[in-house]
Amino acid sequence: MLALSGVVAGYGQTACLKGVDVEVRPGEIVALLGANGAGKTTTLMAISGLVRPRQGAITFEGVRLNGLAPEAIAALGVGHVPEGRRVFTRLTVLENLHLGAYLQRDRRARDEDLRRMWELFPVLRSRQHQLAGTLSGGEQQMLAMARGLMARPKLLLLDEPSLGLAPKLVRAVFDIIVRINAGGTAILLVEQNARMALTVSHRGYILETGAVALCDSAKALAGNPHVKSAYLGG
Amino acid sequence: MTPFQVFLQQLANGLTIGSIYALIALGYTMVYGVIQLINFAHGEVFMVGAYVGLSACLWLGLEGVAPGGAMAWGFVGVVGASILGCALLGLAVERLAYRPLRRAPRLTALITAIGLSFFLQNAVMLVYGATDRRFPALVPSVRWNLGGATVTTLQLVIWAAAGLMMAGLQVLVMRTRLGKAMRATAQDPTACWLLGIPVDRIISVTFAIGSSLAAVGGVLFGLYYHTVNFHDGYLIGLKAFTAAVLGGIGNIPGAMVGGLLLGVLETLGAGYLSAQWKHVFAFVVLVVLLLFKPTGLLGERVADRA
Repeated sequence: MLALSGVVAGYGQTACLKGVDVEVRPGEIVALLGANGAGKTTTLMAISGLVRPRQGAITFEGVRLNGLAPEAIAALGVGHVPEGRRVFTRLTVLENLHLGAYLQRDRRARDEDLRRMWELFPVLRSRQHQLAGTLSGGEQQMLAMARGLMARPKLLLLDEPSLGLAPKLVRAVFDIIVRINAGGTAILLVEQNARMALTVSHRGYILETGAVALCDSAKALAGNPHVKSAYLGG
Repeated sequence: MTPFQVFLQQLANGLTIGSIYALIALGYTMVYGVIQLINFAHGEVFMVGAYVGLSACLWLGLEGVAPGGAMAWGFVGVVGASILGCALLGLAVERLAYRPLRRAPRLTALITAIGLSFFLQNAVMLVYGATDRRFPALVPSVRWNLGGATVTTLQLVIWAAAGLMMAGLQVLVMRTRLGKAMRATAQDPTACWLLGIPVDRIISVTFAIGSSLAAVGGVLFGLYYHTVNFHDGYLIGLKAFTAAVLGGIGNIPGAMVGGLLLGVLETLGAGYLSAQWKHVFAFVVLVVLLLFKPTGLLGERVADRA
């Protein structure tokens, strides 16, 4: 469904990605792991068009994404919940969700999606008329994910969804990731919390300094001695 | 006239010019909101709006038409023509002058705005001449007594037109899909891209709407002062900008309040203190406000939590 082959990308002179090959198949959760600066976020940004790849190809369901504008890529069915959540803090929760459904012109379908979101994230329902800026960090993460889902993406890119959350909320976020996936949405997950990411994922990639160092099933990666010592704390 | 009636009269006159300031101030504040640019050419868009209105009057043959239905429709036609002309101008300005500079340092765009302002002034001067042009009276000059103050039909029309435009804008920004997208773009364009919101188109529409409001302001200004001149956009534009800062730049209700307040303060200052210092009051108000509340009257922001 999504394939990156030999993607080179970066900012200014420096290339953060030095030839990345990643694949996501329909229905999968794929973890993208690695140290800070390994190029995980840049990979997601290259997919969604925020960073232009200099070399290599990115295809989504047979369509070449290289050079497409971010809003065009979103319209193809690639959702991206960015690092730091980036909810519209000065808009209400409901308005944030409506904006997630910006491309959904059918109001009935939109309201149906809203009901699904209330089910998935009950806390958002009770706060729907509050400004998003007044939500807690965990609630903002829920809102960012719900907003991303309102566009009915076929593939959802999640960048550090558990960052800065209390352990209990981390678990809640991962539960929701599994539920989203069970609904048929493929997920490419960037995470610092490698242990949690590997427990929910089908497969995983380890990025090291801008290239894929390892690629295997999640189970195999979790058992790999190198991964254990470098990313799972021994 | 009792002192209270004098005060009421000043208030009515102040609200009239304040309505025009408010209409223009909205354009400054909306554009600043979405791309953090002080569009110094916006005062010129207002001036162009007055001239397009003047041309429409002449073209429709509205000079000296007797009051009545024909004239009312004429007024609507003139305002419509001016809105159309300015909306197109606003779109062109954004597309040709500012969009290529989207990634350039902010100072570059600011200097471009000032250059554009000179360009528009001189273009209008070449087309219409450098002398004052008479603006036809489209609204019958009936006088009404409003609690001791004398108010003309034209003033009522100005209040109604400005009020209608501002109410319409408020509904558009707060209730519609486009309005939500505008507020979202103002806050985080990158997040908008990721949701499939066409940020460039939203910015274009913002320019078109801001310019349309200035167009209405331009026609009302021409009707109120009976003449237009190619350099009217400079001082009025600067005052409207002051009004936008007064209310809190980027804040839409702030621009409305700021415009009305500035009009009233300026008129009261001119009436009670000294008419020669009229323009000074506007800017003194700005300096004093910025000293004590740099964010403007309504410019307080909700804390952004990470």
